[in-house]
Amino acid sequence: MALVFAGVCSHAPGITGRSERADPALREPLYAAFRAMGESLRAAQPDAVIVIAAEHFANFFMNNMPAYALGMADSYDGPIEEPGWLRIPRRVVRGNTKLSRDIIREVQQTVDVAYAEEWRFDHGIMVPLHFLDPDNRLTIIPANINCQGPPLTPLHRAWAFGEALRRAADAVPERIAVVGTGGISHWPATPDSGAINENWDRHFLDQWSSQDKNGMLSYGDEQTYRDAGQGGFEIRTFIAAAAAAGGRGTVHYYAPIPIFAVGCTIATMEIA
Amino acid sequence: MSLYQLSKLLYQLNRDEDFKLRFRSNPQAAAMSYDLTDEERRAVVGPDIGLLYVLGVNGQILMHYAAFCGIEWPDYLQRMRDGVKQHGPVRAGVYAMLSGFDDKVAGV
Repeated sequence: MALVFAGVCSHAPGITGRSERADPALREPLYAAFRAMGESLRAAQPDAVIVIAAEHFANFFMNNMPAYALGMADSYDGPIEEPGWLRIPRRVVRGNTKLSRDIIREVQQTVDVAYAEEWRFDHGIMVPLHFLDPDNRLTIIPANINCQGPPLTPLHRAWAFGEALRRAADAVPERIAVVGTGGISHWPATPDSGAINENWDRHFLDQWSSQDKNGMLSYGDEQTYRDAGQGGFEIRTFIAAAAAAGGRGTVHYYAPIPIFAVGCTIATMEIA
Repeated sequence: MSLYQLSKLLYQLNRDEDFKLRFRSNPQAAAMSYDLTDEERRAVVGPDIGLLYVLGVNGQILMHYAAFCGIEWPDYLQRMRDGVKQHGPVRAGVYAMLSGFDDKVAGV
């Protein structure tokens, strides 16, 4: 039928797993913005939500690493991490095999996407779902862009993947939402965890919000690694979401929260 | 150096419940299935989080391994700093340390 919702959000495990260590003056507005995004998402009444994630060696490893993957199962489970560590209870998440197949067939017209009938969600999907779908009612189709193990897919291919998802969303009879999740600048899981290049983040978010395709695709990986850390590679998920939506974006929340290891971001984008 | 094998061990440990049980009961034996150097074997069996970090293990799976070992977040960060101090800079991968030994970027 159509794409009915598009947005992006952070997914850092500290957002839930280290919640008590954050300044409540930063944490509570983030949580409120996250929940508000969930309300907007659910108000769009999607039949399925494609979550464009950048997983962290939970399902895909360097023995056989796809640049792009889509889930093709009737259910998924997560988190793969210890629930006590992430502070998110394990849940079974509903999928839709037939809808996945339909979407994959359309995406394959331009992108040779891998597909998976097994997928265990890590924090990259579970942290967003914790806020966006607290009652576990949505149907989810996971998508992954390899942002962990170089060589990484070029940014213009992430754009093409987003365009392919949009074409697929428009081709199927169901109402589809897209949520991209990732960090902007961050150095997660290193001693530098907590470093955030706020200027870099805000510049990228300006480009994202204004649909500045050339600007978004201008980042080389060496430059991103230097200025935005290895976590900055995850801009691919934001880029794919922008390509899918096509409209102008609105940043509802952005604040560097070092104990969460990322500039926490909640944003939505008009469908155009 | 067989960083790939070392990383694969930690990848499997993160997702395989049976392997977790075997590793907990006898890490030395569980690690035998992987083609590791003596240094790598020592690091993973230890566990020596700092050495694993310096060897170039991807931070995401190392973070999960630290959690598996019951290591709290501030301690995990400190062990990586101590690892660099003891063993030198990170030798491979994209998770190098840029801050100083005494920097506590996130306050911990």
